[in-house]
This record gives sequence, structure tokens and C-alpha cells, in this order.
Amino acid sequence: METLRVVCFVNQFFGQLGGEDKAGTGPDVVAGAVGSARAVQQVLGNEGRVVATVRCGDNYVAEQPEPAIAELVSLVAAQQPDLLVAGPAFQAGRYGVACGALCAAVQAQLSLPAVTGMHAENPGVDLYRRQVYIAETGGDTARMLDEVRRLVALGLKLVRREPIGSPAVEGYFARGLTHNVLSENNAAQRATAMLLQKLAGSPVTSEVPLPTFVPVPAPARVSDMRRATIALVTDGGLVPRGNPDGIEALAATRYGAYEIVGLTGLDPDRYDNVHRGYDTTYVKQDPHRLVPVDVARELEQAGTVGKLHEVVYSTTGVATTLAHSQRMGREIAAKLKAAGVDGVILTST
Amino acid sequence: MTPVAVMVGANRIVPAAGIIHPLGNAELKPEEEKTLRRRIVEQALQALQADVAQPTVFQAP
Repeated sequence: METLRVVCFVNQFFGQLGGEDKAGTGPDVVAGAVGSARAVQQVLGNEGRVVATVRCGDNYVAEQPEPAIAELVSLVAAQQPDLLVAGPAFQAGRYGVACGALCAAVQAQLSLPAVTGMHAENPGVDLYRRQVYIAETGGDTARMLDEVRRLVALGLKLVRREPIGSPAVEGYFARGLTHNVLSENNAAQRATAMLLQKLAGSPVTSEVPLPTFVPVPAPARVSDMRRATIALVTDGGLVPRGNPDGIEALAATRYGAYEIVGLTGLDPDRYDNVHRGYDTTYVKQDPHRLVPVDVARELEQAGTVGKLHEVVYSTTGVATTLAHSQRMGREIAAKLKAAGVDGVILTST
Repeated sequence: MTPVAVMVGANRIVPAAGIIHPLGNAELKPEEEKTLRRRIVEQALQALQADVAQPTVFQAP
């Protein structure tokens, strides 16, 4: 079997050019294995030869990623390798992002198998895990040889087109791919076994990853309601007739801002409702059943509340993705804060 | 739907009068509906003025 030609990519530090003072260095190629690439050669043994080490400064890539990656891809291509091994970058963020970007680029443009490695908190992980096999490393660069073993093992499998096992087994970050696997036990049997384990107090691993909700620290209470500005917000799909902002009926990505200046209530003839997740008959008959402008205005006039904010924010909360929900929430909150709002009543259906 | 609100981490939660008419009830006369609405909104104002450390459900009286 021919010895595999391997190219390594390293940054200025692991390529022995220098530290932060050399982070602006442009790309170069050195024959053979230099710096941390020597660990790759050591692990490869007779199975492969590191024919060249491509190096580049972290800032050179970070400041102009597209031209830098293009230059690096050319340098890699010129070596006619069978495999690219980038990093491992451990916790170095710019380096990790560069490794991920270069691996993604050589895969796409050269159809070249590529592998890299970094720590779970490296920003390169979230950016590239779906496109690139990223081996999970610790943070200790003194363990370079051990960490490189896993990278190289993964790389060799890729080159030889051997089946790659699950992330847990092979030690890489889950890529968000789902494979159908035939199990000896059907779902009812597996679910019952999990339940029995749970009842026995044993740890149970979920087959499906459960979404985690990060706790939101509770904002401080409104201390003086008689001087506070309160805003009304809803995810119940209220829109002005004609839905001028095109709020989606499902999986909303937009919200509307609707003024209630001078209004003591919401006229049903001027509003509509686009929500497709509940029967909107009743809130169309009387929008106050969703957004209580009438009562809120009375409370303002009675002095119970300092002021009713003049804008109602509205979107549709059915099959809205977590990402869009969080983004819309942040954007609405920023606008409300800028307008001096002290508290929000959000009506949710 | 309040268990969902607790799960996703909303801190001040006021149970309303149903999904299809959270702040109303078509079976009531208009004045009664308004009274119901006012009660829930006032409960919401109470919740805004309360100290909470974690998701808390404020039952209307």
C-alpha cells in the first residue's frame, strides 16, 4: 500500500514561528513535519508521511478569512495530499476557527478528506462541527501526542473510507447527522427498560437530546407602579387588518409594532388574527380577549399604572423556533427598554 | 399552558382564562368579561411588583 501523503496546518505558535508577535505572519510551507506536526508524524508511523507543514499567523486568517483561506487551500493543493490534519487547536479561538475553515474549504474545493481537533469551548466547534470532523480535545497542550492519536485515527478512517462510528465512540463533536440503526429491541422495550432504570435510581441516557433552557434571571420587581410605564405584548397573532407586516401564520420570523396612541380600545373591525395554532374566533370578535388595551387604559387613567406604552408588539407563537423566539424577544426588549418601559404584560396562547 | 411557561423559564406567570380567550370568556356577559379581564390584568401588575427568584405562578384570587 502506498504511504499516505499528509499535509498538516498549524498556526504561528505551533509552527515555531513565534507567539502573538508573529500572529500577523502570512502563509508559508515547510517541507516535512515542523512543530506540532511532528506529533502527527509520530502517530502516523509507517502509515503516512507528513510531506509538508502549512503555517499561518492567527491574525492573518482572522482579519481577512476569505483571501487567507484561499491562499492556504492553494498551498495544500500543491502538495497533492491524501489527507489534511489541521491543529489540534485546543482552546485557541482564532486557531480553531482557522482550522475549521480550512478543513471545510479543502473538503468542498479539493474533495480532500480533512480532520481537526479542539476543545469543546473553542468557537470553531459551533461554527464548523456540521461540516467538519472535529475531534474533541482537552485544554492541555502538554497532552499533544495523546490528542493527536485520536485526530489521526479519525483521519485515516476518512481517507480509507471506513465507516465512522458515533461521536461518543470516535471522540468527535456530534455533527447533527441522524443515522438509522436497527436495534434488537423495539421502542416499547427500550422505553420500559429506561423507565425501570430511572425508577431504580440509575442514570439514564436519553436517546434523543433534550433541549435545555437556560434560566433567565428574574428582573427586579417594578417598585412604583403608579409611575411605571407598562407595555402590552402578545404571541397570539394579533395584526392590523390586512397584516401589513406579513407576520407569518406559522414559524414566525417577524413581529409587528402597532401604535395605540389615543385609543381606549381595539376596534375588532380594524384588527385580524393570523395565528394558526388555536381557534381565533373569540379573539377576532373581541381583540381585548388577547390584548387588554381597554382595561390597561382604564388603569392608566385611574393612576394605578403610570403610563400605558403606546406600542403593542405582536407575533405568532406557533412552531416558532427557539432561535427566532429568542432573537425577537431580545429585539423587542431592547426597543421597550430604549422607550423607558418598566414592565411588560405578555399574553400568550 | 403554565407548565410550559415554567419549563422555558418565564419568571412571572399569571394563569389566564383559557387558550382561545386568555383575557375573556364568550360565555359571560360583556361587563362580566371585563371584570374577569381586569382581575387577571391586576394580578399581572401584582406579579410585576413581586420579588421572584425563579419561575413563579401567580394564581388569580
